[in-house]
Amino acid sequence: MKPNEPQTAVVKILYFARLREVLGKAEEDLVIPDGVGTIGDLAAFLRTRGDDWATELGVGKAVRVAVNQDMADADTPVSGGEEIAFFPPVTGG
Amino acid sequence: MPVRIQTEDFDVSAEIVRVREGNPKVGAVASFVGIVRDLNDGDAVASLTLEHYPGMTEKAVEKIVTEAHERWDIYDALVIHRVGTLKPLDQIVLVVVSSAHRAESFKACEFLMDYLKTRAPFWKKEQTPDGVRWVDARAIDDEAAERWT
Repeated sequence: MKPNEPQTAVVKILYFARLREVLGKAEEDLVIPDGVGTIGDLAAFLRTRGDDWATELGVGKAVRVAVNQDMADADTPVSGGEEIAFFPPVTGG
Repeated sequence: MPVRIQTEDFDVSAEIVRVREGNPKVGAVASFVGIVRDLNDGDAVASLTLEHYPGMTEKAVEKIVTEAHERWDIYDALVIHRVGTLKPLDQIVLVVVSSAHRAESFKACEFLMDYLKTRAPFWKKEQTPDGVRWVDARAIDDEAAERWT
């Protein structure tokens, strides 16, 4: 994120399957907090909500993430306007 | 339409006919049908609910189908995956692949299933006598998908 960019960028976050049930949330719109420039930063911010957020999105937890419907990782940049999804490892087929 | 995510059941014979219809170059069709079992991890399964990520699921499966086309000389590939609540004996997933010779169809069919299991956003939840539980991803599925890398 550029230093002079106004902090009004919003992302849509989706939660699926077990994660949606435990966190009690299917989706939310979030104004990107100061200092959040990547998925890793965003997960760290969400963990500050405490309780299940801290546990479920904790380091070492098997959580997958997609940005704009493509698989992503902690280094994927977030700048606003993205659709971000957190979910457990997939079990289809 | 090579990829369909749907709640309705499918007719395997009709889908196979559709995949090879009108193409005299097709000499082989391989298909795989996934079925709901009544037992998983030692527990009776009364029903299974499949959740997916609308939009991304279609995109992810289409990407897998494109990759199969790039890897093997196949004519057509069809994937149907059901979502919603299913019961033992119900069909969950169908993969059909056509090619000139059998080797390509067999391989592409197996590849599509291995990648479907590990790369497409579907999640299974089981209803058992002890209650409801989300199915855990299995390491053996990751290993099966690793073969193709």
